[in-house]
Amino acid sequence: MTFVINILLWLFVGVLALVAALRGRLLLHEGLRTGVIEFLHLLPRIGIGVIGSGYIAEVLPKELIAPWLGPESGLTGVLIAMLAGALTPGGPVVGFAIGAAALKGGAGAPQVIAYSTAWALYAVHRLVLYEVPMMPPRIVWLRALVCLPLPLLAAALAILIGKP
Amino acid sequence: MLFAAMLPKVLAGCCIGAFVTLLLPREMVARWVGHESGMAGLAIATAFGFILPGGPFTAYPVAGAFLLAGADAGTVVAFIVSWTVIGYTRALVWELPFFGSDFVLWRMVMALPLPILAGVLARIAVRAGFPVNAPDDEARKEP
Repeated sequence: MTFVINILLWLFVGVLALVAALRGRLLLHEGLRTGVIEFLHLLPRIGIGVIGSGYIAEVLPKELIAPWLGPESGLTGVLIAMLAGALTPGGPVVGFAIGAAALKGGAGAPQVIAYSTAWALYAVHRLVLYEVPMMPPRIVWLRALVCLPLPLLAAALAILIGKP
Repeated sequence: MLFAAMLPKVLAGCCIGAFVTLLLPREMVARWVGHESGMAGLAIATAFGFILPGGPFTAYPVAGAFLLAGADAGTVVAFIVSWTVIGYTRALVWELPFFGSDFVLWRMVMALPLPILAGVLARIAVRAGFPVNAPDDEARKEP
């Protein structure tokens, strides 16, 4: 699976590079340069994220995860997971790290989906730091309002369809 | 091991992001979503949220451009939700290393209807009287 994804991704890179090259050498160089620089910028942050997630996994109270967020916890577990997601502070790594650790510690997949979706969508810090300064405030509030039920819906869909 | 396995994907993701940013005609997309206010508008906004690379610094200005181009609140909401829950950069760079490709793909399939749903909900809210275009927003900015 991972191998297939790698092939697909690099095929896509190849096609895009070809399109850029057809439009001019400069565009091709610019694209490759920006991509590699972005990659080098991300490298240390990803490293910290991966190592940090190992520590988070150790710190999480495992004896609480299975009964409260396990596959048997159902809707209550989903709601607890949503609340936890809303309370998790920001950044692109923390929520995924905790979610993955919880999954390994016995949490159910729909509950983990509810957690990471709530964390990504509610993201109060992102709302205050980026959305409100960059967009009309009323659109931001509307966005926040309609997002409230979404983690629940994603989890419900996950429970209904089940993991293949 | 985990770290080394994910590097080719992250590098590919960064290159795709750089090329998409260079090649994609943003003005054209803004014009599309501006004119399409029906379900097609929501679908285009969702697709664009999926392919748009980068973090909040890239996404919110684009959302602002959509508004300027005449897109309605529902379309903008669909775009932001799409970028948040199914955006490929976030999934590729940050989510994949922790969860592995099977779980991430499955989660993204579960999240696929969310942007359209959010757009529809936003349109319902606006129709029910949510004040998106209240005049006092502009007034408040003036000292």
